[in-house]
Amino acid sequence: MASRTAPATQSPPIPAGLSRDQLLEIYRYLRLTRTLEERLTALYRQSKVVGGLFRSLGQEGESVGSAYALERGRNRDFLSPLIRNLGSMLVMGAEPVQILRQYMAKAESPTRGRELNIHFGDLERGYLGQISHLGDMIPVMAGVALTFKLRAEPRVALVYIGDGGMSTGTFHEGINFAAVQRLPLVLIAEYNCWAYSTPPAKQFATAHLADRVRGYGVPAVTVDGNDVLAVYEATRLAVERARRGKGVHAVEVKTYRRKGHAEHDDQHYVPKEELERWARENDPIDRYSKRLLDSGWAEQADLKDIDERVRAGVDAATDACVDEPAPEPESALPAVYASPATAERLWFRVL
Amino acid sequence: MAEVTYLEALRQGLWEEMERDDRVFILGEDVGIYGGAFKVTEGFVKRFGEARVIDTPISEAAIVGAAAGAAHMGMRPVAEMQFIDFISCAYDMLTNYVATARYRAGLPTPLVVRGPCGGYVRGGPFHSQNVEAAFFHTPGLKIVYPATARDAKGLIKASVRDDDPVIYLEHKWLYRRIKEQLPEGEEVLTPIGEARLAREGRDLSIISYGATLWKSLEAAEQLERDDGLAVEVLDLRTLLPLDDAAIMRTVKHTNKVLIVHEDTRTGGLAGEIAARINEQAFEWLDGPIMRVTAHDVPLPYAPTLEDFVLPQTEDIVKAARWLAAY
Repeated sequence: MASRTAPATQSPPIPAGLSRDQLLEIYRYLRLTRTLEERLTALYRQSKVVGGLFRSLGQEGESVGSAYALERGRNRDFLSPLIRNLGSMLVMGAEPVQILRQYMAKAESPTRGRELNIHFGDLERGYLGQISHLGDMIPVMAGVALTFKLRAEPRVALVYIGDGGMSTGTFHEGINFAAVQRLPLVLIAEYNCWAYSTPPAKQFATAHLADRVRGYGVPAVTVDGNDVLAVYEATRLAVERARRGKGVHAVEVKTYRRKGHAEHDDQHYVPKEELERWARENDPIDRYSKRLLDSGWAEQADLKDIDERVRAGVDAATDACVDEPAPEPESALPAVYASPATAERLWFRVL
Repeated sequence: MAEVTYLEALRQGLWEEMERDDRVFILGEDVGIYGGAFKVTEGFVKRFGEARVIDTPISEAAIVGAAAGAAHMGMRPVAEMQFIDFISCAYDMLTNYVATARYRAGLPTPLVVRGPCGGYVRGGPFHSQNVEAAFFHTPGLKIVYPATARDAKGLIKASVRDDDPVIYLEHKWLYRRIKEQLPEGEEVLTPIGEARLAREGRDLSIISYGATLWKSLEAAEQLERDDGLAVEVLDLRTLLPLDDAAIMRTVKHTNKVLIVHEDTRTGGLAGEIAARINEQAFEWLDGPIMRVTAHDVPLPYAPTLEDFVLPQTEDIVKAARWLAAY
């Protein structure tokens, strides 16, 4: 790692009140997200991932930039990610080895093999795993924010929704309830152009997701989702206002889903040249790296150093868990309820 | 001792839990200044304030979802469905999100969803439903259904204190019809998961709950008077989890079983109860396990139609006679 003191060159001032260390930390989360997902792709091809694999390629910037605007630490701010927000969970403190264990359905995974991929949470670190029913996390996170309000705690809840998920009834019920109650909730609306194979034109009739949210009396801004610092800055303002009791705020991030819905999806419905253009001209990590280097906030060697450390960390996490055992079959029975502690083993299994 | 209605007993139970534990709060439609459609929460907003008695938009999924989020964070929410018929709008939230939360993610989700259910009140198809079967199939939920004023109070208090999500079904036909002497200044708690023997007998058993518990008791008296039959009546009180031990006890005592519920027949709880008796007490039976339920139609409005569709005391009497003679 390069020196942590600011460079003595005439670089432009660092935006958004961030320090140089923080800029590099953001870079590290971006790189970690991508490297970890690339490792998962390799494990998927080796059939070590049990189910599907969901990539956030091209969306790492908005996930990391938005989560980085929260206060992190024990019992601070709170977020609920979607399937393409791995970066946001890493920012909140999720460990690569937990993600790897989840995807490989290991006994030691956070959900002990009960749930898929990044569907897990940590109440103390401040993230709540989504369920597959899009929109459901909006009312749930409204309830989290309601608790902060009832207890007069200066905490903020942040929740993600996609251009597809915003079509669900639970989204609309939840955001309206939160708006009416003026809850400290921040919505990150991800316009990534694809809901499985469905484009926005078949999903809603407005130009922007922000237009839909404003109808609920929620202030909303639209930002370039692949500009990490723009997402950070917009989210930081939203979080600050929500924390001050100004109610729900939304940030729409325009981005692009560069992989299929999941790894099995060959994206035949996506124009090839469009994919290539986003990869070539608008990759959030490429753009951020270039900005760091062009502004003199970091040297190539700093980034290379981070890349290597991230790779070594992911290697170590993989080695630590890849050969771990699957859950014991009978561990499927306990903890449906607090009481009774375990479900009954059926009679034909004790014959 | 003071005589209280089923509704007042429920109201007292909620009030006492709000007084006891400041983590308890209520959310629902018109629960605040209006006091709820049936006045269960009348006076609550004045005593506990708008922060703990929250009027919501007409959004059942948001009500239940917000209750879940708050429950994860350590609160004890009680969500009201204005009529239980509308709980179907929160079916996804309850079955997919709430019921699985502990199992899939270790999330504490202590919440209560309560609301007025049931017919015999000319409410038509959307203000008369019994919804227990829709949720009975979902591991992770508990379902309670009091028939008496004591249990209306005892079960709401136990539900609020339970660490699992509980659906509390209150029968609107019983709200003001059922009165009971309840002790003052003494804790009334009904343990979740325990049925109650409402009447002892040796000739046959009726297993029931809710409004039809009273119709079953009425039938039992008539059968004793007119036929000299001693009919045992079991009040289930908790539907999920079922009290198998109490069910098998009464089966082994009388050897004949009639299951009575107000809900429709196909896929109703009577089917599951019959299956369990078959598995656990087959050799104790001296006759087929029979069901008296609503007919398999949406519940109609006109009194002639509703009375025909729903099980009546006379139906129970006739069915019990048939079974006793088997």
